[in-house]
This record gives sequence, C-alpha cells and structure tokens, in this order.
Amino acid sequence: MDCNELVELVTDYLDGALDDETRTRFDLHLRACDGCENYLQQFRETVSTLGNVRDDQLDPAFRDRLLAAFRHWR
Amino acid sequence: MTGILKDESELLAALRDGDEGAFAQIVDLHAPAMLRVARGYVRTHEIAEEVVQETWIALLKGISRFEGRSSLRTWLFAVMINIAKQRGVKERRTADAEVAALTGGTVDPARFRPADAEIWPGHWKEHREPAAFPLTPEGSVLADELIAVARRELDKLPERQRVVVSLRDMLGFDSSEVCELLGIGVVNQRVLLHRGRAAVRQALENYLADAS
Repeated sequence: MDCNELVELVTDYLDGALDDETRTRFDLHLRACDGCENYLQQFRETVSTLGNVRDDQLDPAFRDRLLAAFRHWR
Repeated sequence: MTGILKDESELLAALRDGDEGAFAQIVDLHAPAMLRVARGYVRTHEIAEEVVQETWIALLKGISRFEGRSSLRTWLFAVMINIAKQRGVKERRTADAEVAALTGGTVDPARFRPADAEIWPGHWKEHREPAAFPLTPEGSVLADELIAVARRELDKLPERQRVVVSLRDMLGFDSSEVCELLGIGVVNQRVLLHRGRAAVRQALENYLADAS
C-alpha cells in the first residue's frame, strides 16, 4: 500500500469498514511511515474538531414562532 | 421553565402535559441542527425555517402516539428530511450523482512521488509529508480558531457532503442512521464523509501552516 492509497482509506479505517487483508496492510504501512501516521492523527483531530462545531442559536423571532405554534396547539 | 435539562422521556411527558418550558428546551436542543440540515435541501433560509416549523407541528400533532421507539432526535430528522424533500425546490443532484461526479484523490497529488519514480512511488515527497496537528486543549484560543475554520469549511462543502459530515461528525449520528435518514448506501455515505472530512483537514492544515 502506498501513501496516496492509504489517505483515501482513512474514513473506512476509522469506521472499521476495511476487510481484514486491507486493514493489515494499512496497519503495516502506518507502522513504517511517519507521514501517514501524522495524516491519520490530523484526520482524527479534524473529526474531533468537527464534533465541537456548534450552530448559532435560533433567531429569536423564529424561536418565538415555534413557541407560538406550541401555544396554539396546546 | 425549569432550567434543568430533563431526560427525553421526562421532556416528552411534560410536552404532552402542555409544558411550554419543556417544548422550549427540546426546540433549543434540536432546532438549530435541524435548520442546518434542512438548508441542504431547500433554496432559502426562510423555506428551511418553514420546513423545521412544520416538523415541530407534526411532532405536536403526533405526540400522543409518539412511543419513543426511535430517539426523538432521529424521529425529528427523519420527518424533517421528508418534508424538506417535498419542498425541495432547489436544483440539486442526488447523493449518488454527487458521488459519481467526484474524481481524483482527496490530497494534492503533487505531494506524492510520481508513479514512475525509481524509489517509493506514491509515497510522500520529502518536505511535503504531513506534520501532526498540535494538541489544542479545549477552550484554548487555538482550539476555538480551529473550530471556526472547520465550520467555515463545512459550510462551503457541496450539499450532500455537508449534510453527511454534519450528521456524522458534528451531530454524532452513526453510519446506519445516516444511511437510513438520507436514503443512501453505506459506501456512498462513506465516500461523501471522507471527501468532506478531507476538505476540512486541508483547511485546518493550511490554517496551521499560515499561523506558524
């Protein structure tokens, strides 16, 4: 497995979706290659950073409309 | 309003009793993410708000029958995506078409040795291999900057990638939930997820290179 192949398999790797043989080759490559080890670390950090992205709070006027719909229903 | 976040079954019970505070809590918890996903289906922010509002009304109408077999969040997103698709006036490609249009790798090919290189073809070129991202303690200035960079890049992704990355990584839905919600196969879901993540990774790498 070359580095340019490994980088395309990282999401499958993290999802546990690689077949046994490919996973073994992935792990073997990783052990010998600092660049790919760092790539995987970057990818994990990316996923974890995305997990900390928060949406803005609702626009107050929209939130009021939803609460009004609730009062109407009740 | 109690101000204390109750668990879901308590909130639903309070909702059935007409407790507006409980409704406000559930809305604040889920509606911002619903808007984000709805926006991937319809043409304007206003239509996305209508879709989200219709979803909440559907919940209220069905609340006495909501049995909690699925989590409330999964139910809300499933109903919301159905409503959004009916309103989906936006010219958009299907997820499958978006996947089919993807070509080439997710990392700049110039960073790898050419296929005909005498040694180590396809491996990182010297000085082009990735360096580990710095550890960023939660709440640190750099951590907040990276979150902002990630969010900007997320908002720039093609729609299907943005929806999949938002559901999986931002909101923590698992792979099978996302496939079911979006009606796509697991392979295409992973292709979209990988593309989107790779674009965000590149943006973070660029940002860190500029910052150092």
